[in-house]
Amino acid sequence: MGDLRPPRPEGDTLPTMDSDEELLRRLRAGDERAFVILVERHNSAMLRLALSFVSSRAVAEEVVQDTWLAALRGLARFEGRSSLKTWLFSILVNRARTTGVRESRSVPIADAGPVVDASRFGPDGAWAVPPEHWIEEAEDRVDAVKLSELLRIVLDTLPARQREVVLLRDVEELTSADVCQVLAISEANQRVLLHRGRAKLRQALESELGGAPR
Amino acid sequence: MKTWFPRLRARSLSFSRVPDLVCQQVVELVTDYLEDALSPADRRRLEKHLSGCPHCTEYLAQMRETIRLTGRLTPEDLTPEMRSDLTDLYRLWRAEG
Repeated sequence: MGDLRPPRPEGDTLPTMDSDEELLRRLRAGDERAFVILVERHNSAMLRLALSFVSSRAVAEEVVQDTWLAALRGLARFEGRSSLKTWLFSILVNRARTTGVRESRSVPIADAGPVVDASRFGPDGAWAVPPEHWIEEAEDRVDAVKLSELLRIVLDTLPARQREVVLLRDVEELTSADVCQVLAISEANQRVLLHRGRAKLRQALESELGGAPR
Repeated sequence: MKTWFPRLRARSLSFSRVPDLVCQQVVELVTDYLEDALSPADRRRLEKHLSGCPHCTEYLAQMRETIRLTGRLTPEDLTPEMRSDLTDLYRLWRAEG
């Protein structure tokens, strides 16, 4: 996915974004710096994903390290059919599940019930308490850092499987096919989990920002 | 009026197999809609509802905004400890041959 980024404008002082493919080539040739760049690029996302499988940061860090080692050892087998990120995430999910802190089979696919509280609709199914406006608030009047903090907190409170799907789809921007591959779930399950996770994030934003005088 | 009725009835009968969606159903279909996972018929039903319902249109816009804001989250920076651990790991792997 790294290779899809637009080229940086000339005179930009930031280091050039080498594609993952280029870095892999250098890594295979024994370039330690290439490994460090790949770690900087992907490690935090991996750690965050690992944290939704295991209960402590220490264990999550171990899982991530195991993943890097497994990736290095499997470097020769990586054929680039998926993106490097998807491949790393797949290894990580396997490792995290076998670490077994959270038994994946016992985690329900979705919690029951509608995503918007039934009390907000009338007997005819039409909105009785319609969505409060907050988009302009989020775009114009609220500090982006504060909003990110709020979303991070809500993300952390989502059931693990919902969090994993939202992280991979909406934060990491993987395709739905890649998310299904990484988490070994069906497209339909992926959509259910995404639906519930996103709905909770929306509700949190409404609760936080809605009802402001317009 | 009398002449209108039979036509209206006929019209609503021909659509009676597919009742209009209500808001409470629409909010449950929003993700399938955004993921392009609805059948063409359901997609049309949903879009028909949206065209006449400002609240559901707002809900959909908020869902898009939620996705946009979530996409702005950036991973926390790597701690120096983790960076050095991983560099050690690399050297270990190199030593494996």
